[in-house]
Amino acid sequence: MAANIQAKEKIPVWRDERYLSAATQIISSIVVLGLLYWMAENFTEITQQRGISLSYKFLSEPAGFPISESTIPYDPTMSFGRAFLVGLVNTLNVSVIGIIFATVLGFIIGLARLSSNWLFNRLAVAYIEFHRNIPLLVLLFLWYFAVFNRLPSVKDSIVLPGPIYLNLRGLYLTWPRLTETGNIFLGLLIGGLVLAILAWNILIRIRERTGRETYYVPIAFGLLIIFPLIGWFAAGGNPIWLDVPVLEGFNYKNGMRLTPEFGAILVGLTTYTAAFIAEVIRGGIQAVQLGQTEAARAVGLRKTHVLRLIVIPQAMRIIIPPLISQYLNLTKNSSLALAIGYQDLFAIGKVTINQAGRAVPVFIMVMVTYLMLSLITSFILNIYNRRIQFVER
Amino acid sequence: MIVKPNTQSPPDPPGPVAWLIKNLFSNWFNSLLTLISLSIIYFAAASVLSWVFTTADWRPVVGAPLLYLIGQYPRDQMWRPGLSLWLIMFLIGMSWGVWEKYVKAFAIFLAILLGIFAIVPLETATITLGVRAAFLINPVLIYLGYLIGKNKIVNGQHVITLWIFVSSLIVLVLLPGFEGIPFLPKVETTVWGGLLVTLLLAVGGIVLSFPIGVLLALGRRSSLPVVKIFSILFIEVIRGVPLITILFMFSIILALFLPAESRIDRVLRALIGMTVFSAAYMAENVRGGLQSIPPGQIEAARAIGLNNFQTMVLIVLPQALRAVIPSIVGQFISLFKDTTLVVIVGINDLLGIGKSILGSDPEFVRLQAEMYIFIALIFWVFSYFMSQASLKLEKTLGVGVR
Repeated sequence: MAANIQAKEKIPVWRDERYLSAATQIISSIVVLGLLYWMAENFTEITQQRGISLSYKFLSEPAGFPISESTIPYDPTMSFGRAFLVGLVNTLNVSVIGIIFATVLGFIIGLARLSSNWLFNRLAVAYIEFHRNIPLLVLLFLWYFAVFNRLPSVKDSIVLPGPIYLNLRGLYLTWPRLTETGNIFLGLLIGGLVLAILAWNILIRIRERTGRETYYVPIAFGLLIIFPLIGWFAAGGNPIWLDVPVLEGFNYKNGMRLTPEFGAILVGLTTYTAAFIAEVIRGGIQAVQLGQTEAARAVGLRKTHVLRLIVIPQAMRIIIPPLISQYLNLTKNSSLALAIGYQDLFAIGKVTINQAGRAVPVFIMVMVTYLMLSLITSFILNIYNRRIQFVER
Repeated sequence: MIVKPNTQSPPDPPGPVAWLIKNLFSNWFNSLLTLISLSIIYFAAASVLSWVFTTADWRPVVGAPLLYLIGQYPRDQMWRPGLSLWLIMFLIGMSWGVWEKYVKAFAIFLAILLGIFAIVPLETATITLGVRAAFLINPVLIYLGYLIGKNKIVNGQHVITLWIFVSSLIVLVLLPGFEGIPFLPKVETTVWGGLLVTLLLAVGGIVLSFPIGVLLALGRRSSLPVVKIFSILFIEVIRGVPLITILFMFSIILALFLPAESRIDRVLRALIGMTVFSAAYMAENVRGGLQSIPPGQIEAARAIGLNNFQTMVLIVLPQALRAVIPSIVGQFISLFKDTTLVVIVGINDLLGIGKSILGSDPEFVRLQAEMYIFIALIFWVFSYFMSQASLKLEKTLGVGVR
């Protein structure tokens, strides 16, 4: 009987989903590829008319424009490629430092938002609502034009302990720098840190497996102290010296200088993103059921242990994914630096377009770089995220 | 057996002193926090208030109120934005009547604001008695709309249809006008500006990106590999780069990929950029909604003989879209804030007008703080009302509550 029906009622082509899905795919490919082809046609025509070049050879030509601040050595005689690299480093600088500060500030405000102290709680709400409802660009303008551009002149610098000098030209910090023998000290410091972390993890694991006390706290801290101490003496007792800014003529010399542009973009991005991170933290901690805390208290854990061992690990699982997207937002938002004159990747891309006249190649480079930054960040954090996620049952 | 836990805490002890002790001074740490908070509030309030009323110079802010609203829109064609404002206020009034809970605060606020704007003693040449009278009509229209909506003369569907019809009429006919028509001459978008452009970009961006976003979300979940790859590529590339690069691409690079003779309007290019950007985020929001639909719904729809297309349109999408309304409102708020970036590609939105007013007079150069605080305030008010409405909406729809 079944065969009978099949023979009688053959599904017409326009209702057969196999044909329909094949047709959808073919049609959508034709539309998309056709559009791309049409654009490519127009593009070749226009480039031929105006003599626009698509090659990347200009990257090795001298850039010819100055960059006000760069971590890596740069001067206008260097190539466009070098300038691009300077921009990338500047973007990374502001993003990485901004992410660290925003996380710390966001945690504090997120916890304040959960505080049982009514006034403190309201203060956190006010901070969050203020930042979440104002465009970042307006906040950046406020920071740059209304705060950093109104600092006192060099002569009447604000002096903070350190000494740190704050004036219209920027922030001058006293900065520790390595002496000639300092590398030994630095190497041993890092070595000690790595060893301490390794020892901490391994000894905890041994303790968990065998139940024996392994004294992981004193051993790890001992390593952390002894290694740099050896380094200090191996370096002859003076591995670092303090680079103190001094007033010479009309400006401060030496020390670590941060420009007002960098200050404004960093402070603006940090305070803005912290408001969003605070909400993420609050949501994550509130999502851990009260029963978990009560059960932990019932089995006799101390209040600090309840937080550290029960609440935070579970909250982290909820916090990490939205936190990743906030980090990505911060990195992408750093492109607004252009508006206040900090020379990040995008700003230098724009100058390069004006100088070299190669809009399309430069643009592709800028977009691909941002895309790579996003992909790399989310890739690394996703690995971490997968490690701490629950195995669902 | 599951015992329903009693989640209610015992009632608070009565009296303000008891409240103070419980909430502010329960132990030494709490008291310390209270004192710190109090000192922060005191210093912030004292310095802000003294600045606002003594040091600050509000001339650039109050000097040219119409510029903030419509930019350089020709003053002899003022009746067109004026009429648009009337229509929109009337519709807001109706929406207030129909969806009391969500729109009420915003509508009342707008009515009061426009009323104040009409009578406030600003001495400028542009604010004539006629303009003031026109502004004074707005609160009346809001109330009139409210009465119509309240008394069930129109329902929600009518109001939505009216919104779509009236806003396209305003944007496509009333404001741009046509060449050769004497009473509706063409007004180039280069002179549009202020809040008009900001709202146009935000609302236009979200409305236009909605259908694209839905299609992309469906494409991303599709079992057809070609469609899926195209959708994923589009969404991930757009989401991976900053909005400003997209705006730049559409304002500079796009011209190279279109026929040489075609010229696209500047504001329109920015609108396309905003739309493309918003569509990728919209797609991810809608995808979240699609994922929340249990597969049983789709299986049941297939079982009663609906085909793929019918299942999507009749069963899945209505439920999914209802679930994502709050996140679309959230997206609208961030898009509204993001419209400020068009300043960087040289469009005079609200922020751009502010900048150009600052540049127009050498005396204003040092008054950036006043200007940007004023603009921040405008954005804050709009976004705050929208996020409050969105919170209420979320509660009503019961999204995320199980």
